[in-house]
This record gives sequence, structure tokens and C-alpha cells, in this order.
Amino acid sequence: MNTSIFLLTLVALLAFSYWVGRRRAYTVSGGHPVHLHSLPSYYGSYLALWCGLPGVLLAAGWFVVEPQVAEYYMLQALDPQTKDLPPQRLQLLITDIQNLAAGYGVFREVTPELERAAAAYNSVFNFGRSIALVAALSLSVVGLGVGRRFITPDLRARNKVERVITIVMIVASTIAIMTTIGIVLSLLFEAIRFFSRIPIDNFLFGLTWDPQTAIREDQVASEGAFGAVPLFAGTLLITVIAMAVAVPVGLFSAIYLSDYAPKRIRGTVKPLLEILAGVPTVVYGFFAALTVAPFIRDTFGGFGFPVSSESALAAGVVMGIMIIPFVSSLSDDVMNAVPQSLRDGAYAMGATQSETIKQVVFPAALPGIVGAILLAISRAIGETMIVVMAAGLAANLTANPFEAVTTVTVQIVTLLTGDQQFDSAKTLAAFALGITLFAVTLALNVVALNIVRKYREKYE
Amino acid sequence: MSSTANTADVGMRRPDLSAQRLRKRYAAERRFRLYGVIAVVTAIGMLAVLLGSIVQNGYSAFWQTQMKLTVTPTAEQIGLEGQPTPENLRDTNFRPVVYEALFQLFPEVTGEQARRQLRGFVSGAAARDIREQVIENPSLLGTSFDVWVKTDDKIDMLHKGYVDRALPPDRRLLDTEFIQWHDQLDARGRVEAFFNTTFFTGTDSREPEQAGILAATVGSFLTLFVTLLLSFPIAVLAAVYLEEFAPKNKATDLIEVNINNLAAVPSIVYGLLGLAVVINFFGFPRSSPLVGGIVLSLMTLPTIIISARSALRAVPPSIREAALGVGASRIQTVTHHVLPLSLPGILTGTIIGMAQALGETAPLLMVGMVAFIVEVPTSVTDPSTVLPVQVFLWSTSPERAFIEKTSAAIMVLLAFLIAMNATAVLLRKQFERRW
Repeated sequence: MNTSIFLLTLVALLAFSYWVGRRRAYTVSGGHPVHLHSLPSYYGSYLALWCGLPGVLLAAGWFVVEPQVAEYYMLQALDPQTKDLPPQRLQLLITDIQNLAAGYGVFREVTPELERAAAAYNSVFNFGRSIALVAALSLSVVGLGVGRRFITPDLRARNKVERVITIVMIVASTIAIMTTIGIVLSLLFEAIRFFSRIPIDNFLFGLTWDPQTAIREDQVASEGAFGAVPLFAGTLLITVIAMAVAVPVGLFSAIYLSDYAPKRIRGTVKPLLEILAGVPTVVYGFFAALTVAPFIRDTFGGFGFPVSSESALAAGVVMGIMIIPFVSSLSDDVMNAVPQSLRDGAYAMGATQSETIKQVVFPAALPGIVGAILLAISRAIGETMIVVMAAGLAANLTANPFEAVTTVTVQIVTLLTGDQQFDSAKTLAAFALGITLFAVTLALNVVALNIVRKYREKYE
Repeated sequence: MSSTANTADVGMRRPDLSAQRLRKRYAAERRFRLYGVIAVVTAIGMLAVLLGSIVQNGYSAFWQTQMKLTVTPTAEQIGLEGQPTPENLRDTNFRPVVYEALFQLFPEVTGEQARRQLRGFVSGAAARDIREQVIENPSLLGTSFDVWVKTDDKIDMLHKGYVDRALPPDRRLLDTEFIQWHDQLDARGRVEAFFNTTFFTGTDSREPEQAGILAATVGSFLTLFVTLLLSFPIAVLAAVYLEEFAPKNKATDLIEVNINNLAAVPSIVYGLLGLAVVINFFGFPRSSPLVGGIVLSLMTLPTIIISARSALRAVPPSIREAALGVGASRIQTVTHHVLPLSLPGILTGTIIGMAQALGETAPLLMVGMVAFIVEVPTSVTDPSTVLPVQVFLWSTSPERAFIEKTSAAIMVLLAFLIAMNATAVLLRKQFERRW
């Protein structure tokens, strides 16, 4: 039995139980639905819940434990002496058997023992899954039978159904919390394993980033250098360049659009800026690598500067363009939130429009604008595709915008997109970088959101 | 009181001074205004340059250079054994036929070296295309007929004018012979650009002239389907709970702060989450639209929740009070009245969230959707890639022809995004209600 047949059968069963529930309610009311506590459709839903919940829960539970069960059966099929291998080599063997089971080729001799293990592994997915799904359907039928007995005219079907709906809603809203916990725990867990190999102060304060690890385990190669300072510096450099583009352009666009522009211009320019915000980052990356980087190289290279074709300037400028609409729409919001009475007061004193903006509106909106800029910075730090495509891979510790630098996000992508063991220091380093990135952006966001909220309350 | 000297000062009116100051202030005003105009023009100009460069680089990818060959496939030449049934023909090799026809076009090209070079004129897909034609119509076997086949991507680039003929041969990356052969054929009317259907029906390939976006597009749709299926119901349920039912307490506050923060977490972090939890912990299949969809739905959830909440908030309390007043339960009030009224707003937010997910690349790189995929995925557990990742993969290829393909793929991606956003805008206009 495969999953889609299971789902179809389940849906049919649910529809059937809804129908049965309604009919049953009608019957027990003696043909007078007025005597029922709830509307007949609630009895239908009530029975559908009795029918659906147990089966769905059982099936979901099976899918969660399925990989573990499969691995257990695979190990059972192996020879006893194979199971005594050191954990790392056993892990490799398991991966190979999984590939074998999926029908891919493996780089080792395929012995009958391995074939047996692969067959055992596959049988869990074929045979085991069928049993579990049939069991789930049977449980649904049992639930249907049991639930049907509970239907009486006095059954508070609506309240029960609504309670289930409320619980489902609460579970849905806690998913946000679960995501955060999931992010923190998974990153922390892998990062702790990384820091057990590389001391945390080497990572945070080391000046060399060179994640070369041994290809074979018995090689004498060094563990590589994992000093992340060049990455932090590179990220900072590109962020500074991006903000140098985005803040003036974004801020002045916002001022112009909110206080000067005639309605017609405002109506055309705003959607255009929104287009800028909707362009995928991979497009910006391609634009940076193909158009902006050669342009910068040729322009500044003409003056005799040595300009790298993967200069920090190209990535930074394009990232700045990407962030312009972000800065402009947020600061537009905060400047619009400054009460008109403040502006009117300034005009009444004889101030010109620009003086009003510079000396009244802007200072009043400053906290909100700072918040907006902090959010933009957090965005620039976390931006990935532009830097992956337009910034370099070499970890140079430099402040020269014409040289190639690398960033935290670039390194995460490079460390994780190659073919390698999951447990190597290289892949774990990506998670250490990931948690650093998460912590920094989270701190920026919390501060920025707080500033923006406080500020909003002030004028409300 | 101020000193006498000061009073005397104020008493002396200096019209020239105040006029001068006023001029200065007005100049400052004009300058300030100019800065604003410059900023807006810069931003719009950047957008124009961005889109312009993409279109300029990419529009030619929708055409493809083909050449007319006169082929005469014979059974022994293609290595056919037995009757020309479709099964038997599938095992045949039409390369010798293609090369023979090519050599006949250029009888003056002799010698092993030169002929080997000439073979590079035509695409590797030519032999396959002719075979397909013969399979469809086996009576062609043994006869002589004309057929249009794809040229190699370097000839394609040359025909479209991307090769600078003035450059010395070692810098233009194309041998002079190819230019001569191309010009000869062009003069005989045997080279022409056709609409490039391969780009829409083909899958990824190392050969630019055979590469297409079908697999990536299907992968994108499957991934978005999973994303929508997961994020829409969860987001609506969460938004309804937080807006209509949640008690005002610490826990609710925590959830709210959390959602706002999640909306600003870098997307690559979601990729790390997907890799560590969804793939390595739960053992979901790597590179699959299922995993991609799960990661993207976690990422878009906050966006949809936030917009759904503001749509729910826009429904006036009087609607709720009226429903409660005639005896509806709170859940009935919401499902029968509030939710249907706010649905256009929720859908608008969902479409915008989906558009975001469609353009997202970084988290999908983390969960292995960067693989070289030749098969069109048929289910959500097949290995697949998506449009933006295809753009990324092609952009790292060194061939000139892939720049064109990348730009064209971007144009397709942007077309999808514009269509989605336009739908959202229309939806908002159509159903917008002022209470």
C-alpha cells in the first residue's frame, strides 16, 4: 500500500464518517433535528474526528520512527563482527548500504551481506510501511465504530468539535516558537561539537581562515585554520559599503516621496521601488557578477588601482541597491507617523519645507529611522546569494574595497555544498558560523523592533 | 531683559541682509529637494539598468541557430540490426550520418585533423533528433532528405553576433575556420535562427544548446505546492488564534515577538535548520521538493501570519458583535463571517509570501537542491532543482552561451513573479472593502 492510496482511502473514509455521523444524529433525534444539542453537521464532524485522528496520528508516528526502524533492521541483517566496527566507519557503511538500497552505485565491494542489509532496509519501507498504513486505516474504522456509539441527542457535539479546533489553532501558533527552538538547538548542538574540536577563542579571534581538512582519515594533514575574524571583517566591509549606498538613497527617496512628490509621481515611483524589493537575490547576484563587477574593474582599473574582479565594492553596491526599497519604505512609515501638528508648528514659525524636515521631522523620526537602518544592516549581514556570486572565496583581512573578501554566508554555502562527511570539522564549522550569524541578526532585530515599537507608541 | 546694545541692534533693520539670508534659505531648499530627486532617479535608474542588462543579455536565448543538413541514413551506416522497428532503431547511432552530411557540405575539408574540427560545428543533439525523426517515419531510411539540426553553441553565439570578429583568433575563443564555414553556409541560406523550443522543453545539460528549464520549472512548482500546502493552513490557523482567541498574556506576547523576529532571520539559517533537522534528524530525502517546501514554508510562515493578522484586524468588530448577538459561537463567528470577509487580504499576503519563496535560493542550496538534474521530477520526493537555483548553476558556467541562458531563465522567473504579484494587486483591488 503506498502513501497516496492511503491518503485517498482516508479522505473517502472521512467523507463517509461525516455522512454516517449526520445520519446517526438524525436517527437518534427521532426524525426531529430540533431535539439535538448541536446542528447535525457537527455530529458529522464529530464522527469524522473520531475516525480521522487515531489513524492519522498512527500513520504520522510511523513516518517519524520509520528511518530508525529501517536502520535497526539493517543492522540486524549485518554480521555480528561488522557491528563492532568503530562508530565512524560503521556510519560510512550505513550510508553506503542506504545508497545501495536506493539503487545507486557505491565505492566498495558489494558482498551478499551488504545486499542482505540493503534488502532488509528496503523491506521496512515497502512491507513495514504497508503494515503501518493498513493498521492506521483499521484504527480509523474502529474509531468510526466507537464514535458512532457516542452520538446521542444530548451529546455536545459542537463544543467538542470546537475544542479540537481550538487545540489545533494553538498548536499552529506554537510552530513559530518551535521553529525558533529548532533553529537554536540544531545550530547550538552542531556548534558545540565544532567547539569541542576547535577552541572557541581560536574561532572568534583567530586571524586565519583556511578550512582544509584531511581527505582521508589517516592523512597527517592539519585540521585547517578556523579563525573567523577575516570573515567577520569581510562581512562588515560589504555591509558598510551596502549601507553607504542604501541609507542616503533610501532616506532621500523616502523624504522626497513623502513630503515633496506630487501624487502622480508618488503613485508611479512607489510601485517601481517595490519591484526592486521583489527581485530575487540570485538575480542581483548575477547582475553584480556580470555587469557591475567588470564595470568597476574597468573604471577604477583605468586609474591604475589594482581591482579584483570579485571586489567587495561590486557586491556591496549591488547589495545596497537591493536594500534601498527596504530603507525607503520603513523610513517613509516612520516619517509619516510624525504628527502633522509638529510640521504645522514649524511652518507657522516661517520654516521652509526642508528646514522643517531637517530640524523637526527628522529628529522626531530619528529613533524609528535608526531602527529601520538596524533592520537593514541585519538584512545585509544575512544576505547570501549576492555575495556567493559576486564576492570571493579567499579570506583576506583587508579594508580595501577593491580587493576580494569573503563573508560568513559565503563560507557557510561553500562549506556545505561540496561532497563531504557530515561530521567533519568543515561542515560543523558552517553551523558555528550559522549560530554566530543567527545571534548577531537576532540581537539587531530585537533592538531594532523594540526601538521602532517604543517610537510608535510615543506618537500614538 | 537684554542689554541696550542688543536692542539697538534689532532696531536697525537691514533689508539687504534678510533678503540675502532668504535667498540662501531658498537655495538650500532647492538643493535639498534636488537631493531627493537625485535619490529617486538613482533608485529607478538602478532598476532600469538591472532589468535592461538582463533583457539585453537574455532575449537572444529565445532563438536558436540551426543548420540545414542533407542526410542519407542507411541501415549499415547507423548499425541497424533487423527490421526498422522503433525498438531496433533506438539502439542505432546516427552520428556517422550527421558527419557524412557535414563533410559533403564542405568537400574541400580533408584530413583527419580538419574533419575532426568540422564535427564540432554541429550540436551533439543533432544525431538524436534525426533518429527521433526516423523512428517516427521509418520509410525515411535509405532516402535522402533535408533536416534542420542545432548547431554547436559557439556557432550559435557567432550567428547571433556575440563573437567579435576583429579580435585575434587566440582571444576570441573561436577558430577562424568556424567563422569561414559559418559564413559559407549563411551565404547558401543553410543557417537560420528559429524559436528555441528546447529552452522550454529541455532539462539541464552541460551543452548550452541543449539546456532547458523544464525540470527546474516543474521542481519549482512542486516545491511551491508543498510550501503552500503547509504554510497556508498553519498560517491561517495561527493568525486566527492570535487575533481572535488568544488571551493577552506572557505566552501570547512571546509568540508575537517570536513571529516578528522570525520574519527577519536570514534565509540561509532556515537552510541550516532544514539540513540539520529535516534531513539529518528526520531522514527526509535530500534534494527533494518535499524538504525544500518544508524549509520554505517555515520561512514564509511569519510573512503570511503577519499579513493574515492585519487582514483579520481590518474586519470591523460590529460584524463579530452581530454574529455573537444572534447566538453564533465564537468559532462560528470566525469561520462563517470574519474569515470569509478577510480572505482576499489573506490570499494577497499568501501570494506575496509564495512569490518570495519562488525567488529564494540560499536555503535550497543547503538542502542539496543544487544537484545536476536531467530528469523532470514527477513526485515531491524525487531529486530536483528549482528555477533560481538553475539560474545560479548556469551563472557559474564559463561558456558565453550560458550567460544568455541564465539571463533568459531570469526573465522567465521574473515573469512568474510579476504574474503572481499582479494577481495579488488585482485581488486586492477587486475585493478591497472600506468599512
